[in-house]
Amino acid sequence: MKRQLLDILACPVCKGDLTLEVEEEKDEEIIAGTLICEKCNEKYPIEDGIPNMLPPELRDKV
Amino acid sequence: MDDYSKVYPVLEDTELLLEAALKEVKKDDIVLEVGTGSGYVAKNVKDRCKFLVASDISPYAVRVAHNQGLNAVRGDLLTCFKKKFTLILFNPPYVELDEKELTGDWLDLALHGGEKGVDVMRRFLSQLDDALVDGGRAVMTFSSYNTPDVYEILDKSGFSFEVISTKKLFFEMLYAVRIFKES
Repeated sequence: MKRQLLDILACPVCKGDLTLEVEEEKDEEIIAGTLICEKCNEKYPIEDGIPNMLPPELRDKV
Repeated sequence: MDDYSKVYPVLEDTELLLEAALKEVKKDDIVLEVGTGSGYVAKNVKDRCKFLVASDISPYAVRVAHNQGLNAVRGDLLTCFKKKFTLILFNPPYVELDEKELTGDWLDLALHGGEKGVDVMRRFLSQLDDALVDGGRAVMTFSSYNTPDVYEILDKSGFSFEVISTKKLFFEMLYAVRIFKES
């Protein structure tokens, strides 16, 4: 994902803003990392360039 | 690896959403396509607007979208987005599958709209206000199979709306409705 996406993404649980932790970045794209909600601390993984913004109960189910 | 057999293919409803989206999109739009499936609509709209994000609940769909160079986000309808978009596009699942027809596969979610096919539309419309800026628009497709229920839901949503494109199929009629949020 591009860093720009931080402006439009919100925590699906509480709509809080997110902080980005980068593990791997290539050509201005975040390949791996974590998005962390500043309000409720829930974490959302970025894998192979795609943020998984499913709320935790759906992430484990689907 | 891409697995196109697990994403919703380009069908008449996809073509209708694209036709309506191309009528509606403007150069300075910030666009979100929800339930992007194959990414076909998003791909054909992205160069006509300022910024476009394609989202889907299916891991296969977001992978296909990402590999086509789209900004892809895996999410459940509009739950993970801020109130930033000027145009939101959605070709929802609009048929009601019975238990025998449900396969347990990802494609169920692309097809099954719940009772009378309108449950996912209802959820989408209930979340729309939190993702659409004032003066923003949404374009959503549905089928004659969903009427009159979908009109009741649209009436209750508080948005104004009008049908802007239609497509006649052998057994049903498809509609694309433009939904408008007052400033």
